[in-house]
This record gives sequence, structure tokens and C-alpha cells, in this order.
Amino acid sequence: MSSFQHQHAAHCESGVISNLLRHHGMPMTESLAFGLSSALSFAYLPFVKLSGLPLIAYRMPPKSIIKGLLAPLAMRFRFETFRNAAAGQARLDELLAAGKVVGLQTSVYWLPYFPPDMRFHFNAHNLLVYGKSGDEYLVSDPVFEEPVRCPSADLARARFAKGVLAPKGLLYYPESIGRRDITPDALRKAIRKTCRMMLAPVPIAGVRGMRLLAKKVARLRRDDAHTAAYIGHIVRMQEEIGTGGAGFRFIYAAFLQEAAQLARMPQLSAFSDRLTAIGDGWRAFALKAARMVKGREPVDPLVIAAKLREQADLEEAFFRDLKTTVA
Amino acid sequence: MDIDAVPQEGNATLGGHRKAVYARDEQGRIVIAASRGWEVEEIVTSHAVDALVAQAEEARQGVLAGTASPLAYWMYACRMDVALLSQTSGFWQWRVRRHLQPAHFARLSDAQLARYADALGKTVEQLRQIPR
Repeated sequence: MSSFQHQHAAHCESGVISNLLRHHGMPMTESLAFGLSSALSFAYLPFVKLSGLPLIAYRMPPKSIIKGLLAPLAMRFRFETFRNAAAGQARLDELLAAGKVVGLQTSVYWLPYFPPDMRFHFNAHNLLVYGKSGDEYLVSDPVFEEPVRCPSADLARARFAKGVLAPKGLLYYPESIGRRDITPDALRKAIRKTCRMMLAPVPIAGVRGMRLLAKKVARLRRDDAHTAAYIGHIVRMQEEIGTGGAGFRFIYAAFLQEAAQLARMPQLSAFSDRLTAIGDGWRAFALKAARMVKGREPVDPLVIAAKLREQADLEEAFFRDLKTTVA
Repeated sequence: MDIDAVPQEGNATLGGHRKAVYARDEQGRIVIAASRGWEVEEIVTSHAVDALVAQAEEARQGVLAGTASPLAYWMYACRMDVALLSQTSGFWQWRVRRHLQPAHFARLSDAQLARYADALGKTVEQLRQIPR
């Protein structure tokens, strides 16, 4: 238990899984976990509402990073959910007593160590528990710089929060890890999958999802208070703890650099630079949107929509070229 | 993003924490850097938080004016809406909406109040009152 090494990460799920795999002696970085599981994505889900606003995801749904790593690393993971909090806590304590480090899905709202302004009802947060001291759990929350502590009653609430993406007390840990090396083949396959997702012929995913969102934004009224809230929401989904956004483009760019070495495909380095530039474009988009929310420039949905379409065009060209490279 | 462009603007909503971001160092390698926060994030987060605070305050005024029940205040104070409170308490949305009215709220049994209290992480006693 004391041997556990916490490392700060940009995103909860990739941070949890890379910390967990490193704990099991596997050299794994957050970006490699992110890329190898093909976690980069874009989805606009108007039918899933968070506080009345649509879900906009810049990555694949929760649990897909862990699940995406099972095949390339020939791993077996155990996932357990529970009907009630008491059973969930008893099982967690049992696993900790057996010396296991356990991953959990939780709500952010009920975690007391989060800064108050970050505590929204977002249910797909991930963290690791590596021990218990008295009534407090020792928690490695990868989006925090240092390990933290969490009273058991609060953790139980966070694990059994209800609503969209309710965790139902989900806990997980590896049962076996079949291979320790990452093959060039697995890397190519993972990159191909991401290209396929980003270029998917469905309206709500990938670059087409971006264009659909742009269309929706372009229809918003300029003088409505809801418009500023909507635009702010797009950025919040993009930059905040939880879903991330431009940040994910940078993580994937880091992955492409690693892949260039591991798969001996130096041409991927140039793609890494190109994606970094696209990520900078997302940051410029966020800046523009925030200025409108703050009232420093007039709220103009058409400008936001145009910038979204520009990003969609850049990403479409990027993933088409990347696809031919790894084909 | 280059490493010297990593924002260190002290985003107040991070409460003094730093977050990890990926940026390019002088050799062109992408590495993890700790960021004190970006003003853009602070703006959009406080915008969302302010909207929730305003809703709670509006509900609080409603309670004082006798047009809303304390449940309306606590729902917004806990950053929820009718849909979420319905899911967490197990009451149908139309019932939650009714319980936001003082007359219906007053008729709730202790057991029903306890369900709301549990969903909101409050005690029944707290739920009956609002901060003055």
C-alpha cells in the first residue's frame, strides 16, 4: 500500500489507469493509455442533458479507456457494481485489506476535497483508492497534484450518486496483465480506430458532430441570455476537470510522439505538431467564447459557429491524412 | 501550446489547486506541466456557478414571499434541477414540481421529507428552513 506512487494527470480516467498500471509494474504514461485506447473523439449528444444543456464530449464515453486497453495489453479487469452503499463499501474495504489498489467511478459533487466551484453533478469521475486510515480513505485522484483523503461517508455518497451516468458504486481492478510490451501493430490499430471515429458517417460523432453543433449554435438568438450560457457550456465541457477538450488534442499529440518512437514511424512526429496547432485553435475558440460570455465583445453565435466549422475542417483533413499514413 | 504559454493566471475556481496540462518544451517534446489556471476557464466556470447561485437566491426570495417552498431553495443551492432531484429522490418530476409550492410542501410526511433530505445531503430540520 505504501509503495503506491501518485502522478498528476490531465484527465481522470487515463490518469487512473496509467497510475494503476504503473503500480503493477507496467511502464505506462497517461498519453499512451489515452492514445492506445483510442479515447480521442468528439460527440454532440443533444438528448443527454446536463442541467438542461446538451452533453458535448471531446472523448469517448466513460470506461472506454480502460476497456480499450484490455485487448492490446491482453488484460483482464474485474468490474463490480452494487445495489447499495453498504455492500459497496464492504467490498472496497475487503479489497483494500487484501492489499489491492482499486479504481472507482464517482460523482464530483460529493467529494469534499474538490474546490467548491468545481463541485457539479458530474457522475463520471474516476479515482483510485490505495488504503484506509481510520474512517478516511487514501485517495489518488489523478487530477490533483498530491494524494488526498476522503471520509468514508462522503466517498459512499459520491459512489452511489444518482442521475445521468450514475456510477452504481462501480469499482475495478486488474485480474491479470497478459503482456508488457506495446506492439507497433497495436498502435497502428488504435490510431486507425480514432481516425474511423472522427470521420464516422453519423451526424453526431466526430467532425460531423462538430458541424451539427455549429449549425445548432448558428440558430441561437443573439440577444437571449440562454445563448451566453450555451456558449459558456461548450467551453466548460471543453476545458474543465472531467471532460477536457483542447487538452485532449494535446494529450493525443503527446501520444503520437510516443507512437512515432515505439512503432518506429517517424512520420507521426509531424502529425503531432499538426495536432498541437489544432489544439491551439481550440484554445483560441475558448478564448473568443469566454470573451463573449464575459461581455468583452458582443455575443455572436455566427462567429462561434464559423470557428467550430473551421476546427471541423482542420480535423477532417488531419484525420484523413493520418488514416492514409497508418493504413 | 508551448510550455511558456501554459497559463498561470491563478484561476480562482481551482481553489489554489494546479491542474496538469500538456505542452511542448524547448526540445519540442510534449510534457506535463502544472498550470495555476486560465482566465477563460475561470470565466466560464464562474458564469455557470453564478447562474446557479442566482437561481438559489431567487428561490430564497420566493420562500420569503410565500411563493416557493424551502425545497426549491435547497434544490438550487445543491446545484440540482427538477430532473436531477427527481432521479435522486425517486419522486416523479410532476410531484417534485408540486413540492416546490409551499402548500404542497407543508403536507409532506416525515418519511417523504427524509427522502428529499437524503437526496440533498441535508437533515429534515435543515430542509424545513432557509438561511436568512
